[in-house]
Amino acid sequence: MTGTGLPPASADALLFDYLLRLADSDIVLAQRLGEWVGKGPVLEEDIAQTNVGLDLLGQGRLWLAYAGEVEARYATRGRDENELAYFRDGSEYRNLLLVEQPNGSYADTLVRQFLYDAWHLRMLDALARSRDERIAAIAAKASKEVRYHVERSSGWVVRLGDGTDESHVRMQRALDALWMYTGELFAADASDDALVAAGIAADVTALREPWRQAVGDVLAEATLAMPSDGWMQGVHGRGGRQGVHSEHLGQLLAVMQSLPRAMPDARW
Amino acid sequence: MSAGTEWPLWEVFIRSQHGLAHRHVGSLHAPDAAMAIRNARDVYTRRNEGVSIWVARSADLHASSPDERDALFDPAQDKVYRHPTFFPMPDEVKHL
Repeated sequence: MTGTGLPPASADALLFDYLLRLADSDIVLAQRLGEWVGKGPVLEEDIAQTNVGLDLLGQGRLWLAYAGEVEARYATRGRDENELAYFRDGSEYRNLLLVEQPNGSYADTLVRQFLYDAWHLRMLDALARSRDERIAAIAAKASKEVRYHVERSSGWVVRLGDGTDESHVRMQRALDALWMYTGELFAADASDDALVAAGIAADVTALREPWRQAVGDVLAEATLAMPSDGWMQGVHGRGGRQGVHSEHLGQLLAVMQSLPRAMPDARW
Repeated sequence: MSAGTEWPLWEVFIRSQHGLAHRHVGSLHAPDAAMAIRNARDVYTRRNEGVSIWVARSADLHASSPDERDALFDPAQDKVYRHPTFFPMPDEVKHL
């Protein structure tokens, strides 16, 4: 990797960490959506939600596979996607705090999804212009799937926000509760800045206004009020992307990793 | 719909990669037409089955009655002259 002004090994370590940041949000959210399997409110929704989860898992795998290859360039060896997913502890996970929040009610799940999807699409569109060809290719592939995710979750936000009195209250409550995790979506730290300067990473600070515009349009149609920014979690360099998580991630990983850790050589 | 708590049923028609016409593939529940199309996409096109989706409220479909089957369809059985099998086809004419 060139362009960061760092020695190659340090630059690769930076890139490795960045790829984990991309991968882990997808994988953790996929695991959360997996918790709904067989419990969705209706059969159709159960299948649709699971499709989204599987899309995210597939994208997470692509990022992890690349991360492992980058790791092999500067470490004694690179870990494969399974090792990276199943044998890292919570403090080594680099996902956004938003996606590790519990499923709650279906309103909570949908609002979380909507806030993430609206960010995810803009993130991938920006990454599709990365100078790193592999990143650009993965982002271009993933953005096709995520375009549908946005459409789907936006549709639900409108229908339930502008639905019954009960659904409106639940959606607004979910929105108010999750809003504090949206600041982290647009918070860049020093390693982000170095990779943005090199033309490799996406500049998340530039995504904030387009995101607010798009989210605001959907919320207006849904008759939901956009919360004001109060205390935002994880924005001062100590958030999920730096490995500082809420207690929910540990429980999620315990479930997700229990089988491979109990039987490391298990094969399908 | 019982007291507005159940979503209406929709019939789903998919046009496959190679097909010219939409074919009935099944039914599903959805609150409105747009969601019915999305649900159909997720339920019926997961394995690359289609390139186009139609949905219609099941309540809006009208079907012939099985009781009328004889009256409607039997008379056609002995009228072979209705089949275009008595005309020689030039070899140059394709796709008939």
